[in-house]
Amino acid sequence: MSFWEYANPKKFMQTSGIFLPWFAGLAIVVFVVGLVWGFFFTPEAENFGTSVKIIFVHVPAAMIAINAWLMMLVTSLVWLVRRHHVSALAAKAAAPIGMTMTLIALFTGAIWGQPMWGTYWAWDPRLTSFLVLFLFYLGYIALWEAIDNPDTAADLTSVLCLVGSVFAVLSRYAVNFWNQGLHQGASLSMDKQEHVADAYSNPLYVCIAAFILLFIALVLMRTRTEIRARRLKALQARERAA
Amino acid sequence: MIAILIRDLRLGLRSGGGFGLGLAFFLIVVVLVPFGVGPQSALLAKIAPGILWVGALLACLLSLDRIFALDFEDGSLDLLATAPVPLEGVVAMKALAHWLTTGLPLTIAAPFLGVLLNMPDQGFGWLVLTLAIGTPALSFIGTFGAALTVGLKRGGLLLSLLVLPLYVPTLIFGAEALRRGAEGMAANTPLLMLAGITAGVVALLPFVAAATIRINLR
Repeated sequence: MSFWEYANPKKFMQTSGIFLPWFAGLAIVVFVVGLVWGFFFTPEAENFGTSVKIIFVHVPAAMIAINAWLMMLVTSLVWLVRRHHVSALAAKAAAPIGMTMTLIALFTGAIWGQPMWGTYWAWDPRLTSFLVLFLFYLGYIALWEAIDNPDTAADLTSVLCLVGSVFAVLSRYAVNFWNQGLHQGASLSMDKQEHVADAYSNPLYVCIAAFILLFIALVLMRTRTEIRARRLKALQARERAA
Repeated sequence: MIAILIRDLRLGLRSGGGFGLGLAFFLIVVVLVPFGVGPQSALLAKIAPGILWVGALLACLLSLDRIFALDFEDGSLDLLATAPVPLEGVVAMKALAHWLTTGLPLTIAAPFLGVLLNMPDQGFGWLVLTLAIGTPALSFIGTFGAALTVGLKRGGLLLSLLVLPLYVPTLIFGAEALRRGAEGMAANTPLLMLAGITAGVVALLPFVAAATIRINLR
């Protein structure tokens, strides 16, 4: 019994079919707990007012936005090395989710930035690198859409994902060098000075867990859709041939 | 490989204006900016480094899809891929030819356009230096983008969408080094970073681009 058994589409469909409702249900429950706790049972911060509560959407969305790309990087590598179709389809499925999370992080950040910094947008390193990440997602998805042959598309997007990762990291540090920002440091950190107060960090952990569960559920769902679409195409091709 | 380089140079210089087009585009971008922002020379001098770099980058982008498209259409790319020379070398030579026909003329033309934008005197050396160091990276990254989109019908627009985010670090370091140089500050750090990017890209991306072409020709 090895992990690679799940690369078999049939096995993947069986197992993910069992797990998907659990992840989806759990995501809803944890979301309700985290957001209600965060929005209604935390004190209003000094100097921040109610707007601080955007943190419960902003930080988890930003984390997922970056980690979705990491997941795509890993699945792309698996596709290039071991040629498992499920892996390539999972990367394809994760991209729009990651792009949406990037947009959510950018929008909630803008809404938060207006009362705090007095501006919706600044060319701050973190903000800029998220905008660049958004462009990378856009290009990746556009390349998937543009190529007809699914195997070629999977190959080329995987290569783009690998090269893009290098340049994304490079851009992250390039903009750092370019401009010192308005954005605060890490919200969750071992460093007590940087870390947000406990009253916020506990519901924040719950919200992060909720976003992770949501991400897993969405990726499973979209990968299943992609596999079904692929099967449908194969059936149609067989019918036409007969 | 030298033969391939010479062949690509000839094709680039002779076939239908591809060579002058990039330069003309660069000129137009730079000329349009004062019309857009107004003729105050202090303002123009301040934004000149950024405008010149963005203009050079866009002019480079314009001719990228020609790198492989024609060879792909008439089948000579298949011949090059099966030829005894390594495909990585062919790709590197094509990128070099692209640089010689766009990046190098842009670098030489840039000081004249700098005059139009009222660049400070000390900036001209930096302008030529940063463009000379940075434009090879633009050509090699662009070659990778061209390799990705070689088989596509509407590849041109997609090519810019794919390549522009990859250009971000080069643009930041190039424009920053030029800005600092033009304002008389120490510009060594961004200049070295720019050179590092170019060196890394020239060394590694031909391998990736060759792999992509093999996928596309499969």
